[in-house]
Amino acid sequence: MVAPKTDLPQGTLDLLILKVVALSPVHGYAIAQRLEQVSRGVVQVPEGSLYPALHRLENRNLLAADWKETATGREAKFYRLTRKGQKQLETEAASWQRLIDAIALILGMANGGAR
Amino acid sequence: MEEQLEKELRFHLNEHADELIAHGSAPDVAQRNARLALGGPEQVKEKCRDARGTRWIEDFFQDFRHALRTLRQRPGFAVVAILTLALGSGATTVMFTVINGVLLKPLAYPEADRLVTLHGKTEKYGEQWGFSYPEFHDYQSASRTLGSVAAWTYGGGTVTKPGEAEYVFGRLISSGLFSVLGIPPVEGRAFLPQEDQLGAAPVAVISYSLWQHRFGGSKETIGQHLILEGKSYTVVGIAPAGFRVDGEADIYTPLGQSTDPRMQDRAAFFIHVLGRLQPNVTLAQAQTELSVIARRLAMQYPEDNQGRGMVAHPLSQEVVGDVRPTLLLLLGAVSLVLLIACVNVASLLLARAVSRERELAMRVALGAGRGRLVRQCLTESSVLGISGGALGIVLALVGIHPFVSLWPGTLPRAEDVQLDWRVLFFALSVSLLSSLLFGLAPALRAPARNLEHGLRGAGRSLGGSTRRLHSVFVMAEVALAVVLLVSAGILGRTMLRLSSLDPGFNTQNVLAAHVALSPAVLENPAKARAAWEDVLERARRLPGVQSVALADVVPMRVGEDSVGYWATPVPPAPDQIPLALISIVTPDYLNVMGIRLRQGRFLNEQDRIGHEIVVVIDDNLAQHAFAGSDPVGKSLWIQGMPSNPVRIVGMVGHVRHWGLAGDDQSRVRDQIYYSFHQLPDPLVHFLSSVMSITVRTSVTPLSVAEPLRRELRGPGGDQTLYDVQTMDDLARASIDRQRFLLWLFGIFAGLALLLACIGIYGVLTYLTNQRVPEIGLRMALGASARDVMQLVLGHGFGMILIGIAVGILGALAAGRLLEHLIDGTRATDPSTFAIMIPILLAAAFFASFIPARRASRIDPMSALRQE
Repeated sequence: MVAPKTDLPQGTLDLLILKVVALSPVHGYAIAQRLEQVSRGVVQVPEGSLYPALHRLENRNLLAADWKETATGREAKFYRLTRKGQKQLETEAASWQRLIDAIALILGMANGGAR
Repeated sequence: MEEQLEKELRFHLNEHADELIAHGSAPDVAQRNARLALGGPEQVKEKCRDARGTRWIEDFFQDFRHALRTLRQRPGFAVVAILTLALGSGATTVMFTVINGVLLKPLAYPEADRLVTLHGKTEKYGEQWGFSYPEFHDYQSASRTLGSVAAWTYGGGTVTKPGEAEYVFGRLISSGLFSVLGIPPVEGRAFLPQEDQLGAAPVAVISYSLWQHRFGGSKETIGQHLILEGKSYTVVGIAPAGFRVDGEADIYTPLGQSTDPRMQDRAAFFIHVLGRLQPNVTLAQAQTELSVIARRLAMQYPEDNQGRGMVAHPLSQEVVGDVRPTLLLLLGAVSLVLLIACVNVASLLLARAVSRERELAMRVALGAGRGRLVRQCLTESSVLGISGGALGIVLALVGIHPFVSLWPGTLPRAEDVQLDWRVLFFALSVSLLSSLLFGLAPALRAPARNLEHGLRGAGRSLGGSTRRLHSVFVMAEVALAVVLLVSAGILGRTMLRLSSLDPGFNTQNVLAAHVALSPAVLENPAKARAAWEDVLERARRLPGVQSVALADVVPMRVGEDSVGYWATPVPPAPDQIPLALISIVTPDYLNVMGIRLRQGRFLNEQDRIGHEIVVVIDDNLAQHAFAGSDPVGKSLWIQGMPSNPVRIVGMVGHVRHWGLAGDDQSRVRDQIYYSFHQLPDPLVHFLSSVMSITVRTSVTPLSVAEPLRRELRGPGGDQTLYDVQTMDDLARASIDRQRFLLWLFGIFAGLALLLACIGIYGVLTYLTNQRVPEIGLRMALGASARDVMQLVLGHGFGMILIGIAVGILGALAAGRLLEHLIDGTRATDPSTFAIMIPILLAAAFFASFIPARRASRIDPMSALRQE
């Protein structure tokens, strides 16, 4: 039985991409796979919106790209994080963390009240 | 960029397919599933391009090429649209070029915005006063807000050496004039303060052109001598080319050296004053200070300065004069033409957009967004707009010179009217703005919904909204055309009325010219009198000459002489004294001008020095001063005249001194005639330099000009004629402005009518074409050709009548404006509407008749088969 997939919340795709790219330079297909794996199939990343997002991030100078050969001998576009991208990742991650904490706090409060 | 994108996606698909194959899929299935997972490579690419933000540039070029292609496919449409726009924007650009040069550009002086002119002002007669010379000194020494002040008045005279005797125009200027304007002489220097005084050595600054043609532009000119009015002047400076003080003059002499008796007279307001504001002083502050000084002077010299205020205006306003309303009026009129052109092109484009509905629906089906389509349509209209604008600039380049040269009189600052970056910027903005205006409505029609309908219907039947939009376009065009037509009609009737007005004298066969007596006789009044007698005698003997008279002012020509008068021994308060135009004439003036004698007699040869001083008045003055009772034999007091009172011996009809159009509105309309032979000596001396000769001829008046010039050269050969004009020309020139506006408005109205007709024709043809199947059906069901024609005409006339109704409201407003701006206009004249609106109706009927007739000839069978 496959768990029902959740849509990715608005604005989180960029953050996830930045996080994946931050680990090591990587091409688009690998990013798609990594996201799929990391989120264990829970989060549906529509592949159609991955590439526009990559190009948008590149255009905003958060990502840079080089053409390199892969292990399979094909030429691929490898994305890496720029210094600006690094900063952006940090601030966005921090703000998500705050949001998550806040939501967890509110949900926890509701539970506590019922107890 | 495109290649890389393609390569990147191909890599993704291959990797994905490989993986699927590795998991056991067949290669072709794997390829397909990989594609499906990505969601269509073309859409992804499209989104990637969007994401990069460089999209619009690529799109723009694509749209641009597409626009050129579609326009080439329909050259007829493109030519009509571009020409229409070119006419509209060309006319607008011409008007803006003039406005830019005359009203917007700063004057060519350093910090020109700080230059002001000062005027005297009284409650009764407004701001038409100059300064008296003593008053100029008072203000010069008292004012703190004005950094420097300069004065000038008109001068001129006969230059006899070096070169031929010639009359030149001159200005008497105070020593500060050049420095106030901030323009130094190009050679030599301006006047020194010590030269600007009675008894100082005579010095002159000459114009660039006089320097060129009399001194050959030689550097050694400075320090040389020039004989003006028999007096030797040392040339100390050369004014720059194009230097103007109320028009160009050839010779500048120090005002302070003038021996004119008026120089000491506090009641002679003949001095013009201009000044430069101190830095950080506003016009309002200067104005306040002037008022304070004026009040102080009024207390100090109650006789001459009571009730006299002072006002300051920017110099630019003075230089430009009263052309601003005319220019703005014309800009308004051309904007209407431009607007009609835009509406016209909009309706053409809309018609095309509807017939292209299928193409556009196809594009949407293939994935084009609505915004994208709107942009495409706007690109297309911008291509039209900018081509029209560019052609318009060419038209403007060609049209600007005829326009400036046809301007009635001379256009102030005509030399500044040139195409510059501001004009180009304006023309470009106008064409872009108008393409937005005419492109937006069709563009917004770009289909977003009802795709299926669009694809199937192929623009055969029309939605109600399109039909309504078309009707609105026709109504707008008709309404704008009505405004222009009625305005032209109002001006036409004004012209008719003005040219049929009685000028009060017979303009035919009269020649008028200034005579500059030989400088040798001017200093001596007795010799001057004799010289004038000689002038009259010689002129009278010329063949073709019937009668000759002298006059100091000539009706309808620039220049007047006004004096205060009263009819009771006790004069009214100084600011309440009525003014009259005084004409110093010789007795034959009545015959030369053909003025009607109403009562008593005119001046005659017996009215000389030593006899009782007599005057003749016009019926206006009689009405004002004597309220209709017989004025002959009554006494009149004239301000500034040595022997008061004088006796009135006759009354003549009013002469329209201020021109056919302007006389009714002018403030000083009463007239007094005074005999030249009864002038006291000092006045003979002064007036001799401004007298004109007027000649009634039995032949074409201009044909006696040359013989007259030769005959009057005088014993020394240094007596000259200048400003030779016929009275017919002067009368015609007095309504030049109205005639000029009539012509332009006539042209604009004609254009508007033509464009509106093309618009009506185009829209009706188009709408009728769209309704061919419907009409075929009607005919198949028994409608006659007549019924069909009525249907189409009825539709057309509905729009036209609403347009006319709206237009009439606009025309009423425009009429009020014209009445306000142009002398002699009477707007609320129903007959104008009664004439102009049928013209429009007839044209509109003609324009709708052709499509209606075509509709009535539709063959029902083939029409139905088309469906």
